[in-house]
Amino acid sequence: MLRVAFLIPLLPLAGFVILLLSGRKLGNPLAGWLATIMVAASFVVTVVVFAGLFRLPAGGRSYTQNWFTWISAGHLHVNMGLLVDPLSMTMAAFVTGVSALIHLYSIGYMEHDEDFPKFFLYLNLFVAAMLLLVLANNFLLLFLGWEGVGVCSYFLIGFWFERDTASSAAKKAMIFNRIGDAAFLVALFLIYERTGSLDYHTVFSHLGSVGEPSLVAMGVLLFAGAVGKSAQIPLYPWLADAMEGPTPVSALIHAATMVTAGVYLMCRINPILYRAPDAAHVIAIIGAVTALLGATIACAQNDIKKILAYSTISQLGYMFLAAGIGAYDAAIFLMLTHAFYKALLFLGAGSVIHAMNDDQDVKTMGALARLMPITAVTFFIGWLSIGGLPVFSGFWSKGDVLLNGYGFSPALWVVGALTAVLTAYYLGRAYLLVFRGQQRWVEARKPGDRAGLKPHDPSWVMSVPLIVLGALSAVGGLINLPIHPDLDFLDRWLSPVFASRLFQHHWGLGGVWTFALIDAALALLGVALAVALWGHASERPAFEPVVLQRAWYIDWAYDRFIARPSTEVAIETSSVVEAKGIDGAVNGFAWLVRSTARHLRKVQTGYVRNYALGLAGGLVLVLAYVLTRAS
Amino acid sequence: MKLLAVLTIVTPHVNYVAILPELILIGGALLLLVSGQLVFAKIPTAFYSIGSGAIAAAALVASLVIWHDVQARGPFTTIADSVAVDGFAIVFLVLVSCILILASAIANDFLVREGIDGPEYHVLALLAGSGAMLMAAANDLILIFVALEIMSIPLYILAGMDSRRRESGEAAIKYFVLGAFSSAIFVYGIALVYGATGSTNLPQIASYLNTNIITSNGVLLAGLGLLLVGFGFKVSAVPFHMWTPDVYQGAPTPATGFMTALAKAGGFAALLRVFFSTFGVLRTDWQPLLWAIAIVTLLLGAILGLVQRDVKRMLAYSSINHAGFILVGLAAATSQGISGSVYYVFVYAILVLGSFAVITLVGGKGDENHDLDAYRGLGRRQPVLAFAFALLLLGQTGIPLTTGFLAKLYVITAAVRAHSYALAVIAMLSAAIAAAFYLRLVFLMYGVKLPVGSGGDEGALSLPVTGEPDDGLDPTGSVPTGVNIGRVVVPVPTAVAIFVTVAVTVVFGIWPGPLVDFVHAAHFLF
Amino acid sequence: MSVSATWYLTLAAVLFTIGAVGLLVRRNVLVMFMCVELMLNAANLTFVTFARRLNDIAGQTAVFFVLVVAAAEVVVGLGIIVSIYRRRPGATADDLHGLKG
Repeated sequence: MLRVAFLIPLLPLAGFVILLLSGRKLGNPLAGWLATIMVAASFVVTVVVFAGLFRLPAGGRSYTQNWFTWISAGHLHVNMGLLVDPLSMTMAAFVTGVSALIHLYSIGYMEHDEDFPKFFLYLNLFVAAMLLLVLANNFLLLFLGWEGVGVCSYFLIGFWFERDTASSAAKKAMIFNRIGDAAFLVALFLIYERTGSLDYHTVFSHLGSVGEPSLVAMGVLLFAGAVGKSAQIPLYPWLADAMEGPTPVSALIHAATMVTAGVYLMCRINPILYRAPDAAHVIAIIGAVTALLGATIACAQNDIKKILAYSTISQLGYMFLAAGIGAYDAAIFLMLTHAFYKALLFLGAGSVIHAMNDDQDVKTMGALARLMPITAVTFFIGWLSIGGLPVFSGFWSKGDVLLNGYGFSPALWVVGALTAVLTAYYLGRAYLLVFRGQQRWVEARKPGDRAGLKPHDPSWVMSVPLIVLGALSAVGGLINLPIHPDLDFLDRWLSPVFASRLFQHHWGLGGVWTFALIDAALALLGVALAVALWGHASERPAFEPVVLQRAWYIDWAYDRFIARPSTEVAIETSSVVEAKGIDGAVNGFAWLVRSTARHLRKVQTGYVRNYALGLAGGLVLVLAYVLTRAS
Repeated sequence: MKLLAVLTIVTPHVNYVAILPELILIGGALLLLVSGQLVFAKIPTAFYSIGSGAIAAAALVASLVIWHDVQARGPFTTIADSVAVDGFAIVFLVLVSCILILASAIANDFLVREGIDGPEYHVLALLAGSGAMLMAAANDLILIFVALEIMSIPLYILAGMDSRRRESGEAAIKYFVLGAFSSAIFVYGIALVYGATGSTNLPQIASYLNTNIITSNGVLLAGLGLLLVGFGFKVSAVPFHMWTPDVYQGAPTPATGFMTALAKAGGFAALLRVFFSTFGVLRTDWQPLLWAIAIVTLLLGAILGLVQRDVKRMLAYSSINHAGFILVGLAAATSQGISGSVYYVFVYAILVLGSFAVITLVGGKGDENHDLDAYRGLGRRQPVLAFAFALLLLGQTGIPLTTGFLAKLYVITAAVRAHSYALAVIAMLSAAIAAAFYLRLVFLMYGVKLPVGSGGDEGALSLPVTGEPDDGLDPTGSVPTGVNIGRVVVPVPTAVAIFVTVAVTVVFGIWPGPLVDFVHAAHFLF
Repeated sequence: MSVSATWYLTLAAVLFTIGAVGLLVRRNVLVMFMCVELMLNAANLTFVTFARRLNDIAGQTAVFFVLVVAAAEVVVGLGIIVSIYRRRPGATADDLHGLKG
């Protein structure tokens, strides 16, 4: 059953190729259905492989499928091959599953778009690249997928490239990611240089002979790559701008899957981090700070997608916090549940945005609950999940992270707990502003803007994903319940991959329950705050200081101190150095070459005897040379 | 009776399987020649082309059979040690077979278009192919000479095949006279080497050189120098290259492509074997010579290519530049360098066949439409053809993700490993210069308006090569009269051949493993 | 009277040089071609001389190969020359310089 693993990335890739060749002909909505079916089929294959892996004994759950030698140069041998193990299959399962739902949703969401087939072309390519990333059996192939998802993200953020904001957001995402990717590449060079391979198994088995400074460098450099991809401090601002893309893209790429690639990478390299605790500490601290920072900014945003974007940054921070302290299974658990509820929230936001005629300002919405019951209920579930209300999935996964965080350092726990309160609060604020209160959208800000607006729940292709994701968000915690040693399925499933954990804590059942109660109290505190402040009001300037609305001015600072000076240097360089110096040198060289050619071509007279003379002359020169060598 | 017994001649054992590809080509050629006379009806050209392709395919199969044999049992020699059957020879047997298959498809459309009946073209091509194969497999200087002639003489005729264009006759005469001159020099070189070492057999020469310290090596080195001149002529190394542009321009276009691929394959096969394998002991003597020849070949090919208006002539200088790259691998005189050279020959042969196939098509009826202007706007008129040509040109430029890039990379890496830094730098510089004329053609096809240079008049190119008005290379201007820019007819066989060459270039550029592994198997027997 | 092998070799070298120079200075394609024949025969003489000195039969057999190749070259060469001359009677090698640069 494991043999069919190659189909997992290949099916979406086939979808991409078909759409590339005949996407226009298939048109709307056939192209969308084709893409959806390809991803759904990939999900089915994943389930089959998953089941096959499950039947193996726990120790032997690792299967490498080599396709062919990709690169063979000197000592560098890189195979094109897949690694099927519990971690990669968990990732593949949720990537394909969530992708299939979001593909389905997009058929409805992109219904009226002219470039409908192109959208699904990019989406399928994205899924293929993402699956390559998680299933790769070596770092280089992972990097290929890593770049592949990056480029799809670029295309999809700039999908509506006629808008200036969209195309500049796409560029911004590209540039921020590039900084991380550069570090990633250096990490690859270092890994190859120190271990002589890029294959996971080989690299990890050679770590014993690598010095700790190199290991720390590897860990930090790979983390720097992850910082770019997963929008952590200091490379996070692109994610908020990335919301310029269509909402399903935000849900799929910029919430559920691509941005979690960095966390996956950290989990994958756990043997390196195990030997480089300093690097792990850096990861944990940056993750914790990002979690808090993202949450504070999310509290003051008015754009519904920006709220969710900063929330994503914050949640990713949690995951890095978990990965940094060695609680990899907690990170993966949170990643899974986050994929469910964040995709749900984004899709819900998308359906609200559709109903509001593409307006995204929560301050101009309100009282949509009665008009859009499905969206409202599922969004509500999403709120409770991310807020960590008991029994919802976020409660278990976030609880797992906080529990481990406390075990490592109470300071991390404090930061995490504060973030938890804020999380429950800011999404409550969003929910209340959108679905409760007055129908503020009736009074149009611009005349004619909202004439005849009748908000309603979307068609079934969009509702079904909402309902499925809502259900998963509600009960997704079941896959890993800490309350009893026999119920932590995920931990046990993943344990062969995470054998080398840096820190291990065992809490008694009492401890676990205590923490669960504290978590529940924190979540309730956040919810209560939201209800108290926003249940009946729509304007509260005191709780939305400008500094938070402007995201701590960090974006502004980037622009002022890096982007603009660089642009000026670039302009200066292009007008002076480029035009006068480089062009001058190039043109001068070209002139030299060409005038040489003009003289040289005269030698080629067209007369045979001249050619024979050339030959004979060459002969004489050769003979003259060899005679100097003769003894 | 007694006398007869004394006179019994012991003939050497002949392993016919070992020379099967050559035998198939020669036998097939003769069969093709007489087949026309056996039936009274006029046989269509396509029959001969298919026949020629089939014969070449049979030779390919035979080569692969021998390949299997050698893999299983190791390399061996046959016919009194005069033919070597080793990995090196087989790589070239395979290459030559592939060249013949592709060339017969390309030639077919040309022959039909120009109304040239009869089997002669294909018969000559097959015979030349057998010569090239023998050059690769030859283990004896005399056999190399004979094979060289078997390869060259049909090529002389092919160059003059197109009796309606006077350039074709001129090309044939020039090629023939200079070719005969170089052959005479080559033979004299063999005679001197024979005198100095007492044998013409390559392994025997090598073992003689290894076991004896020659006190007076003037005759030997002079012979080696003459051999180098003979080979240098065949592979168009400067200063023995001067026939190249004229012959390339004058010969019928499909014949040009074929002769380039074949002569490079055969010439370099023998050159690499003789110099690296046999005279490897003397490398300190010949290395500086090759170093110098490689440098002038690289630079001259790249520089003179810039000022050509005729596409065939331009690619002739480009082929000189490529020959320089292949010599870089040999000048390194390491097994890595030899592998690089072999890979380069393989890749270049495929690239050049595809390029000349496109040029054949654009040349149109009469085979005269070869001005650069004929390519202006081809990207708009026939995007697929233009794209294929662009890929082939980019491959020749050495753009990454094509085989051309890897080929250049390998030989330059070998040069660097051998500490010939100057050679490596000059090779890269020449590639940059040559890129200018490849890319100019690509830009011309896609009508790219190049940025106006500082101080240049409106419409003039700031691209280095094309600034001056007398080049007439302003892509924004109107099409001069006399240049036919009508729709290019693309017959199916040529289209398939072009597709194959492009596919090889791109697929093995992205996924180099199989081809590199295959070429790495090119070990010498000795 | 015995003549030392060196003389034969010298003679061959002289013949070779005469052939080469002849090819460079003559205009008539046929004469140029005869000069090539002279060079080939110089090589043959060298082969035979060395074969004699080395007491080795191989050098003498090589001569036959060279002769055969020379004959083949003559056939093809004359064919090409005739085909040119049919179009342009009385042409010399110098008249063919349409291709240059």
